[in-house]
Amino acid sequence: MTAQTLPARADAAQLPLASAGARRLFVVASGLLLLLGLSWMSLFVGSGDISAGTVSDTLSRWAAGDLPVGARNTTELLILERRLPRTVLAIVVGAALGLAGVLMQALTRNPLADPGLLGVNAGAYAAVVLGSAAMGVTIGLAHVWLAIAGALITAVAVYVIGTSGYSGSRSAKLILTGVAIGAVLSGLSYAVTLAMPTVFDRVRFWSAGSLQGRSWDELNAVLPFMILGALIAALLPRALNALSLGDDAAIALGARPGRTRVAGLAAVTLLCGAATAAAGPLSFIGLMVPHALRMLLGPDHRWLIPLSLLAAPALVLAADILARLVVDSELPAGVVTAFLGAPVLILLTRRRAVRAL
Amino acid sequence: MSIDTTPQLFGPGSRTLRRGAFSLRIQRRSLIVTFLLLIAALTVGWWNLISGSAMLGASEALAALLGTADEGTSRVILEWRAPRVVFTLLGGAALALAGAVFQSQTRNPLGSPDIIGFSTGAYTGALVVAVLGLSGLWATPIGAILGGIVTGAAVYLLAWKRGVSGMRIILVGIGVSIFLSSLNTYLVTTLRLEAAMAVATWGAGSVNDITWSHVLPLLGIGAVALPVMLANARNMQLMEMGDDAASGLGIHLERTRLIQFFCGIVLVAVVTAAAGPIAFIALVAPQLALRLTGAAAGSSHTGQLIPSAAMGALLLTLSDSLARAPMIPVSLPVGVITLILGGAYLVWLLMSMGRTSRKGA
Repeated sequence: MTAQTLPARADAAQLPLASAGARRLFVVASGLLLLLGLSWMSLFVGSGDISAGTVSDTLSRWAAGDLPVGARNTTELLILERRLPRTVLAIVVGAALGLAGVLMQALTRNPLADPGLLGVNAGAYAAVVLGSAAMGVTIGLAHVWLAIAGALITAVAVYVIGTSGYSGSRSAKLILTGVAIGAVLSGLSYAVTLAMPTVFDRVRFWSAGSLQGRSWDELNAVLPFMILGALIAALLPRALNALSLGDDAAIALGARPGRTRVAGLAAVTLLCGAATAAAGPLSFIGLMVPHALRMLLGPDHRWLIPLSLLAAPALVLAADILARLVVDSELPAGVVTAFLGAPVLILLTRRRAVRAL
Repeated sequence: MSIDTTPQLFGPGSRTLRRGAFSLRIQRRSLIVTFLLLIAALTVGWWNLISGSAMLGASEALAALLGTADEGTSRVILEWRAPRVVFTLLGGAALALAGAVFQSQTRNPLGSPDIIGFSTGAYTGALVVAVLGLSGLWATPIGAILGGIVTGAAVYLLAWKRGVSGMRIILVGIGVSIFLSSLNTYLVTTLRLEAAMAVATWGAGSVNDITWSHVLPLLGIGAVALPVMLANARNMQLMEMGDDAASGLGIHLERTRLIQFFCGIVLVAVVTAAAGPIAFIALVAPQLALRLTGAAAGSSHTGQLIPSAAMGALLLTLSDSLARAPMIPVSLPVGVITLILGGAYLVWLLMSMGRTSRKGA
């Protein structure tokens, strides 16, 4: 099934095949260039005053295997143990959230679905906070499991409550449910962190969604879960395309909506839980990226899913770089994504297409 | 989300008070409910006055109020605890009034100022005042009022598209409030450390540092806004029957709407200027009051505003006494308590909306 056989959207690529191919090539190429450029920038921008020459020198020596772990000076440590993992983490967290956004919008058939808006990230975060408070969980595998459990419970709860019954606008009700559940959970997390300073100390780098001060350990802890989630997502594009026609048409086409939803839920849970475990609750990445891509490429999930892996990391990197540049003391990246993403939400709300996808 | 807007014109047990051109219809049930709510609010307020790190007896508190207590006790009571108690009572009532007006005007229980983002906008206004380094008794309230009004206008305009639909205004409001709260985080980081510390406690909605200088603006504005709102409440009740019917009955729609919205925004802003954004009182109080008085959902006529206000006063004082309950090791901001309880109520509201619409279908 190509993009042309799917229901046309006003701004989607409704072009002859050759031109659509050229357009895709262009989007892929510019996405790659943007991602490379931003990753490069992310290594050079930071609080420490390190010259560009030193950075590239250190990186080339590291790449050549010329810098054993014991023999690094402070500057080299800063670059290799702080900026490099931070950049890589921004890329994988972005990829996970963008992918989760594509999946959620397709599964709920709701153009406003986003892991942050629907409270899933808040659920993962609350589970980590409550778990740390109750059991004293330290950074490592256990807190990733907690985050994934929290994401799963919240996703199911929001979906069940938000889609029960039909009242007014379906998409609005799902978002409201997500916002309400997210508010309760972040209020709970906030209360716990205020009441227990040790927990606060452990989670304070996350609370607003931030990539500050991350090391390779955090990356290694979450990467397997994200890869698993991405692999599940990679199996789904055809099923999601069928699902976007509605359940009845999807069944007629030989798809199994129930199975797709379960697999999609598993992927979303793994991706959001792992991303939140690494970077805290970041909103709007999963809202902005799929819409931008659909505008450029049309609604075909065989293109949306791989390209969200290019576009969303670029967005998170850009937000993270901005967060470092805009004030001396560094803003949480989540503040920047909210600042950029909220106007997108308003624009989408104003569009007539705010109804089921 | 349709709302039953049938007004109970001649409900049982109602009586009408008349004085010149002004008349007021009072239902016995809402009178009793209001009375009980007020008693409960005052009881909880009294408990907040005598309890705390130093537990005082009722006689000591009474003596302090009458001016016959020793200096230490009267300082604790009159300067530390009393402003907080009075503020929670009045502030809860103000938030609830604003909520009742907004819910009635958007004809939607979710159209309350905290969901639409006015509280966040008022907080932004207060922060801008702090960033500009202005000070004075009225600087922060005025900044918050301006912030609230600008936010209100922005939400209304952004949601405008050949008229304003209830759901769109709520979604736009959510977007605006997320945008503004990230802006607020940024503004706090640009403040000098002392100023930032002062507003940070306030970010979640806290009444810990309330003094009489916060209570006075609230008292002043409330004294002006309440009569205006009550005077317009009957027009609003008619407007709930639909704009056409109301204008057919000779009501100036836009004028009434503007006055009521303005009063609501100002009340929210004054509370926010003193205590930061306190979530969900404006959403929950009118709804609970409606359920207790058994009036038609969404109606906020004269007989509905007062029970809502009493309910708001009770909810905020109750949240405050939970926030400083002795089993919690630190004094939580009251906004966190209202966020958790109010959010839970909102979830329940959304669930029951699903149920009723299934039943109706």
